[in-house]
Amino acid sequence: MTPDLLPALPEILLAIGALALLMYGVFVGEKSIGTVTWGAVLLLVAAAIAVLAGPKLATTFGGAWVIDPFARFMKVLALGGSAVAVVLAARPSVADRYARFEYPVLVVLATVGMMMMISAGDLISLYLGLELQSLALYVLAAIDRDNLKSTEAGLKYFVLGALSSGLLLYGASLTYGFTGHTGFTDIAAYVKAHGASTGVVFGLVFILAGLTFKISAVPFHMWTPDVYEGSPTPITAFFASAPKVAAFALVIRVTAEAFGPAGHSWQQIIAFVALASMVLGAFAGIGQKNIKRLMAYSSIGHMGYALVGLAAGTAEGVQGVAIYLAIYVVTTLGTFAMILAMRRDGHPVEEIGDLAGLSRSRPLVAAGFALLLFSLAGIPPLAGFFGKLYVFMAAVHAGLIPLAILGVIASVIGAYYYIRIVKVIYFDEPVAGLDPLSIEQSVVFGVASLFVLVFIVFGNGLVTAADAAAKSLF
Amino acid sequence: MGNWPLLTIVTFLPLVGAVFLGLVRGDDDVAKRNIRRITLLTTVVTFLLSLLVWARFDPSNAGFQLEEKAEWLKGLFTYHVGVDGISVAFVILTAFLMPFCILASWESIQNRVKEYMIAFLILETLMIGVFTALDLMLFYVFFEAGLIPMFIIIGVWGGPRRVYASIKFFLYTLLGSVLMLIAMLAMYWQAGTSDIPVLLTHDFPGTLQTWAWLAFFASFAVKMPMWPVHTWLPDAHVEAPTAGSVILAGILLKMGGYGFLRFSLPMFPLASEHFAPFVFTLSIVAIIYTSLVALAQEDMKKLIAYSSVAHMGFVTMGIFSMNAAGVQGAVFQMVSHGFVSAALFLCVGVIYDRMHSREIATYGGLVNRMPWYAVAFMVFTMANVGLPGTSGFVGEFLTLLGAYRANTWVAFFAATGVILSACYALWLLARVMNGKLDKPSLAGILDLDWRERIVLIPLVLVTIFYGVYPTPILNASEASVQALVTKAQAAIAAGAKLALVVGAN
Repeated sequence: MTPDLLPALPEILLAIGALALLMYGVFVGEKSIGTVTWGAVLLLVAAAIAVLAGPKLATTFGGAWVIDPFARFMKVLALGGSAVAVVLAARPSVADRYARFEYPVLVVLATVGMMMMISAGDLISLYLGLELQSLALYVLAAIDRDNLKSTEAGLKYFVLGALSSGLLLYGASLTYGFTGHTGFTDIAAYVKAHGASTGVVFGLVFILAGLTFKISAVPFHMWTPDVYEGSPTPITAFFASAPKVAAFALVIRVTAEAFGPAGHSWQQIIAFVALASMVLGAFAGIGQKNIKRLMAYSSIGHMGYALVGLAAGTAEGVQGVAIYLAIYVVTTLGTFAMILAMRRDGHPVEEIGDLAGLSRSRPLVAAGFALLLFSLAGIPPLAGFFGKLYVFMAAVHAGLIPLAILGVIASVIGAYYYIRIVKVIYFDEPVAGLDPLSIEQSVVFGVASLFVLVFIVFGNGLVTAADAAAKSLF
Repeated sequence: MGNWPLLTIVTFLPLVGAVFLGLVRGDDDVAKRNIRRITLLTTVVTFLLSLLVWARFDPSNAGFQLEEKAEWLKGLFTYHVGVDGISVAFVILTAFLMPFCILASWESIQNRVKEYMIAFLILETLMIGVFTALDLMLFYVFFEAGLIPMFIIIGVWGGPRRVYASIKFFLYTLLGSVLMLIAMLAMYWQAGTSDIPVLLTHDFPGTLQTWAWLAFFASFAVKMPMWPVHTWLPDAHVEAPTAGSVILAGILLKMGGYGFLRFSLPMFPLASEHFAPFVFTLSIVAIIYTSLVALAQEDMKKLIAYSSVAHMGFVTMGIFSMNAAGVQGAVFQMVSHGFVSAALFLCVGVIYDRMHSREIATYGGLVNRMPWYAVAFMVFTMANVGLPGTSGFVGEFLTLLGAYRANTWVAFFAATGVILSACYALWLLARVMNGKLDKPSLAGILDLDWRERIVLIPLVLVTIFYGVYPTPILNASEASVQALVTKAQAAIAAGAKLALVVGAN
């Protein structure tokens, strides 16, 4: 029996497209970079359209492949993040001499992996997707191969990533061994009927350990600052956006679908991971001078906040997570567009101090950046506040009030390093000005700043979509 | 203008002005002049429209008026605004003070005029929004969002320690508020709505009342500010530019008191009753201790900042006396302090613009060269002391009356604060104004120019007018305050009965 291929059409499209682009690149050589870049963007956009036009609810490959509103929401988000990351990389990679046509191809392949992760309905498809994505990411981290920091980042990421994959596999095998199933629905049915035995809980813990590594949540976050700092900035922007969405979607699917009946077992793990991530993200970011390292700790913290919604273990919580992730991706990409624009005399600069006095030289850019930073800090009326509002709302409803209280306190501590950047931009005396933003950077940056500003008025669409996404899991 | 959404217009008109300012190009003198004029025009029109709110307001109605409602974020929350007798006075106070702030910044702010004015206009929208919001989340958004422009105002146009002061201000107030957010969410799930008029009629269970009260207290006590969480205020005041201090003392501090009246007292009456002695204690410490601290200050702005903390002590005391006299006194005291302290900061700004010093020791004998200024300063000092015939007296008297009914000792200790305030305020007046003008640097100092007179004369008139004839403000708030107090007392009585029944079983 041939499986129904229609639900997997966007992925097939992407995979074939990626191979075609690779062939083209190999035969044409270095001159192909421009074509491959825009071809990749086109592919990603086409895939997003295919996702939106495709079926709303379907399963195929014997239940290993699931399409539901949740998958569609996360896929569009991941595809958007990837497309923007490719666009942002186009110019800086040429200027800093690490431009290779493999970059867009690898991003597309990683995205195929992400979409598999998001649609996974089985431990096997989960692992396949995860590895496809991870292998592409390891290479991407080291793409600037003449740069010591970049290769170090790639190696670190690979070694630790392989370890986490091992943990995940071990967990998967335990789960299979104790339940006799690999499909999520079957596992859930088994757990519901027989309860979660110690072996199943062990399996769950190992799977979660592997997955929290991918979303860089504490205690598996150690790689994040080094990889973020070492990788070329456009790649860091990519790491911080789409892969986080995919890994998070996977965490949600595994916990809510496969281990839904064992809610109390994973809820406390998630709650702890959330708390530890928020607190570490808030404290460790304070001392950072390098803005990319700062963003690494910031993303650890943000993953913590998003996990608060999941810890609630309700549809509301997942809706909160979906809203949070969408806002996080847009804000992060906008922030990285600005970080990419931090160049002086053609060379990239990465210290926060280099932004001093930006408000004098470029008032509009400074205002937009300040909006993004305040949004990251979660100050109303900006979008970031509403992301936090929804996850904390779900947490309070689920009775996790202590977690919510500690979370908001961590957000105040974390606010310090965001407003410190605002301080550098607005209060400090100007240093030599930065180079002007390129067109792509201005567009991404402008759209993101506008988004965080007007979300309060026009946020309904996102809230509705996230609501539908969350309901499909419960 | 029959069916116009008046409150929304008043709230968002300054924002529209800010958008217009954003379109002004150029950084030359012409552009700066246009920017100042547009801002002044916006604030004056906003004030005139707020008078229309006052005109349409029916003081005999205790409920919310001029309400507007719209769905917001998928019906989870609502855009619901309206005013009652308590909030209407603050809306008008905000709109009233703004033009003076703009005029006070006319010449003292020369760099980055556009951003400055935009920040002030955005701040005005947010402040008016706090007082009109009738939805928990809407209130929170307005309440918190105000931090951003104020942070920028202190940090960019402030004094030498502006960075420290602005960050302290930001984090201090943010920390207080986030706890309130959690309490709001808990209330939302308990009552199933975030609509304030509905929540006002909802009976919250005792435990939630206690925790929510504490969380709201954390936010409002910092904002107020109450001793011992007042330490951000002197820093922020000293470093902020004059207009920033005016807004801070005149309006931002009132948000704390307004919050107590809007949320703590009516929604958590049992907890309010339970914690009243605690608040009284803090209030008395604030009144006596910060008055003594004010006595020791060398910096005029710092002195006025500490005196603000002391005066806010009267407000919290009045609110938690939980009787009509005390609460009305608190409302009046807040409004009166709103323009008196604002005026005092404006006065300090006048001489700071001339001498670039806030040290008391720099001055002396100013009355000889600046008679107009000396008169204005004297009126405001007397109002600050609470001299009968000025607006400061009415509020202090009523709060003391309310406190006396609630607890005689509280009133006794608080009354010593009146004496202390006379000490520091009169001493300040004596050191700055009186005596011979023997400092050579002051020999050429000029009296108020026309712009400064436009700013100070209306404030003098208002101070004296409401001192002699406080009825308009008291009338406006009477019905709402009476309803609030009656409801709170009934809830407390019911709670006591319940406790008795439980105890008897």
